[in-house]
Amino acid sequence: MIEVKNISKSFDGKNILHDINATFYTGKTNLIIGQSGSGKTVLMKSIVGLIRPESGEILYDGRDFLKMTTSQMKSLRKEIGMLFQGSALFDSETVLGNVMFPLRMFSQMGKGEMMDRARFCLERVNLQGAENKYPSEISGGMQKRVAIARAIALNPKYLFCDEPNSGLDPKTSILIDELLHDITHEYNITTIINTHDMNSVLGIGENIVFINKGRRAWVGDKERIFTTSNEALNEFVFATRLFQEVKDYIITSEHNKKQGGTM
Amino acid sequence: MVITKSLEEFGKYIFFLRKTFSIPDKWTVYGKRTIQEIIKLGVDSIPLVIVISLFIGAVITIQMQLNVTSPLIPAYSVGLATRDIVLLEFSNSMLCLILAGKVGSSIASEIGTMRVTEQIDALDIMGINSANFLVLPKITAFVFFMPVLVIFCIFTSFIGGWGVALFTDMISVSKYIYGLQAFFQEWYVWYGLIKSLVFAFIIASVASFFGYNVKGGALQVGKASTNAVVSSSILILLFDVVLTKLLLQ
Repeated sequence: MIEVKNISKSFDGKNILHDINATFYTGKTNLIIGQSGSGKTVLMKSIVGLIRPESGEILYDGRDFLKMTTSQMKSLRKEIGMLFQGSALFDSETVLGNVMFPLRMFSQMGKGEMMDRARFCLERVNLQGAENKYPSEISGGMQKRVAIARAIALNPKYLFCDEPNSGLDPKTSILIDELLHDITHEYNITTIINTHDMNSVLGIGENIVFINKGRRAWVGDKERIFTTSNEALNEFVFATRLFQEVKDYIITSEHNKKQGGTM
Repeated sequence: MVITKSLEEFGKYIFFLRKTFSIPDKWTVYGKRTIQEIIKLGVDSIPLVIVISLFIGAVITIQMQLNVTSPLIPAYSVGLATRDIVLLEFSNSMLCLILAGKVGSSIASEIGTMRVTEQIDALDIMGINSANFLVLPKITAFVFFMPVLVIFCIFTSFIGGWGVALFTDMISVSKYIYGLQAFFQEWYVWYGLIKSLVFAFIIASVASFFGYNVKGGALQVGKASTNAVVSSSILILLFDVVLTKLLLQ
């Protein structure tokens, strides 16, 4: 479990995060949602330590990340896997080389063992047969899957995903969402996904934190998101025509149900 | 304003070097990466060094011959002057200015691209010291291989001059070769090698610094690459003056 307590961050005097509090649960897909520029990427980068917040606490199963020594932080990082928006695969390494990379750096495995583990991870993300290709030779969806395989190679306790669906077609997006959801449950990982994709929210949103203008505006799950009274969240959720129509449909159905019930 | 900004950048550069010069996470990986960089930055530069040295060696010899017109100056002095120009300045300072363009821009754009595509963030997240992992092998490799390039440059330049003597009637081959050997001072070779080591460090570290600190996208990577070449060239010229004063006086 990761707990974020009173996190604030500003850049050049402009407050980006205001006193954020949130809890991200183990074995659940935790989503940080919000419009572009709302501060969700800054929040995620603060949690993983790429940005240092000005105040607050970040607790990884009770261990305060911001008060750790360099060696403690280094050992915690081995428990973290991250999937970047652009995949961030190493261009000079093959697919297999990318997945083997964290194993080469941090494990005591022999070469054969490392290859077996990397192949297992690639199989887990349904990516057999692409081992010897370079990242530039595979599609965006495949790159994301390689990045997931690399992120899980060291059996992480915490998995972070920054906009995992950006640039992907809807079908591949669903595959990636399902993969992240399955891996989270299978390995009992604390997964935090940064997204503004409503399909992901409805598909895998088990714990959702909505960030609006740098503040935590709402917490809930996918079942409660359609019925919230939070105005900013409603505006975000029903921004697209599709979801506006879904909302109208739900309201009409409920209205019809009520009318049917009173008759 | 400019002075404050320069001092700020210098401070950042020192912190960057401090981060770079730490103990590698895994020596075997560091060793492999250093060998890869020796090939990429050093061995791959040999053809460029050969081509440039061959022509510049020839040009220096022709210019010396055209300028040494007095009957009081012996003919072999063309070879002697060519040798000293190559040993003292061309094989180190001029060569490094050229390599600042090739190697410096390559390092800055490679690391800069890694920065903007979040590959460096990925290393940091894994708990790897990204500056140490990416930059230290480049600096080690280039500093280690630079003397080899300098020696290639010296000999190829002499061959360029020898070609002028062989294929034209400007100077006889025997006088040119005698000139190359006359009044030889071994210290000039060491002086050139010492300078080249300093310049190699400047090229690799400054280019890495600019690449590592890129913010933005492809445009900024291009700018960083240009700034790396300009800054390292200026520093090479500055250190050329300082080292010449220190080592030759």
